[in-house]
Amino acid sequence: MDVNFQFDWSAALASIPHLLPGIPWTLAISFGGLAIGFIIGIFFGLLRLSPVAWMRWLASVYIEVFRGTPILVQVLFIFYGLPQLLDGPINALTAGIAAIAVNSGAYISEIVRGGVQSIERGQREASLSLGLSRAQAFRYVIWPQALRRMVPPLGNQAIISIKDTSLFSVIGVGELVRQGQIYIATTFTALEVYFVVALMYLAITWTLSLLLRYFERSNLADQ
Amino acid sequence: MTTNKPPIVRMQKLHKHFGSLHVLNDIDLEITPGEVVVIIGASGSGKSTLIRCINGLEEFQSGLLEVDGNLLKPMGKSTKALQTIRTEVGMVFQQFNLFPHLSVIDNVTLAPIKVRGQRRDQAIETAKRLLARVGIADQANKYPSQLSGGQQQRVALARALAMEPRLMLFDEPTSALDPEMIGEVLDAMRELAKEGMTMVIVTHEMGFAREVADRVIFIHKGEIAEQGAPEQLFDAPQHERTQAFLARVLKH
Repeated sequence: MDVNFQFDWSAALASIPHLLPGIPWTLAISFGGLAIGFIIGIFFGLLRLSPVAWMRWLASVYIEVFRGTPILVQVLFIFYGLPQLLDGPINALTAGIAAIAVNSGAYISEIVRGGVQSIERGQREASLSLGLSRAQAFRYVIWPQALRRMVPPLGNQAIISIKDTSLFSVIGVGELVRQGQIYIATTFTALEVYFVVALMYLAITWTLSLLLRYFERSNLADQ
Repeated sequence: MTTNKPPIVRMQKLHKHFGSLHVLNDIDLEITPGEVVVIIGASGSGKSTLIRCINGLEEFQSGLLEVDGNLLKPMGKSTKALQTIRTEVGMVFQQFNLFPHLSVIDNVTLAPIKVRGQRRDQAIETAKRLLARVGIADQANKYPSQLSGGQQQRVALARALAMEPRLMLFDEPTSALDPEMIGEVLDAMRELAKEGMTMVIVTHEMGFAREVADRVIFIHKGEIAEQGAPEQLFDAPQHERTQAFLARVLKH
């Protein structure tokens, strides 16, 4: 067998058109999941701050369960396990989005809680002293400030979730890694293809980093 | 001080505990409309807690508290009365507590628009008039972090006044300021007192207290140890604790 340790640039180049179809899948799972995860995170993050004990407890249970189990197990559970409970299969895209949603939702809950708790008590007191209701104080004073402080950790979570979607090749959803595996099966150019796959993830996450940095800068400029 | 008007604040046998600490002990206090009351006392004596009870930022465990005809119940169980009280009682805090994400003008107009339901243009007009009154008309579009401490505190004053309060509470309004900025804030407060605003002020500025107060209250360990006209309290304090406290703070 002829083992070739040379990196074959033409093979890398040739793989690109075969890998590109994976990008929309990766993006759809990532951002679809993160969008739902953000809503879940706001819900459970605020629940954790509730004065009612059982609500805080409920949120803690959610966070501990989905933060404390591997996302690979979660997606396998959703894709292979849940259909046995429900009546019928779940398609791979839905399963992937759901896994990112519940997983990132747990982490985002903690980001939301931390963001809200980081706002000085005086902000709430000043709002209430002006006659704003508790809901108004939250909506107009606390939340906008908390949201700004949440941008860096949310960006961090987005990058982690984007990379997590690579695990979903196990359920056959046609994201980047899956496209790579399919292509390698016929060309045996693992070195080149996984290198290109890695670059594609980097391109996505780096673009996101730049956007976030720009957003943070323009957001802080007025303060 | 001897008017026949009903008191705007009435406290009777007010008690507050923080765990085992008796922060406010059997407070009886009446404040008459138009009166300027200065509360002095050592840190931890309960003077801030006392004024924070008036607008419900602190709960109390027993006793009676009535603000402008609205009865506040112990343990914070009076949401509706509390809401009414807060729209009628303004407060200025030691740390200013301006909203950093809002411009000066938005800080001042937020509550009139959201709570009073004022039209935006009308609220802005009022805000500009108030900012001019406290001497910072030209800063309306800046953000709080772009202002000096003294300017921020004057914005905080304008913000509270925008709700047209019947009573103003000041919780150590100059304690977080650099010395050269204390004067400008005290000037604005002096103006307000001259216009007849009812004010309850917690402060360490004894010169200011002597000048603007109708009545000075000395609090010691959660109790009103002594009260009276400023001349009386500062020049001829009766209580031994008052004498000791004044000797300490007036020395420098």
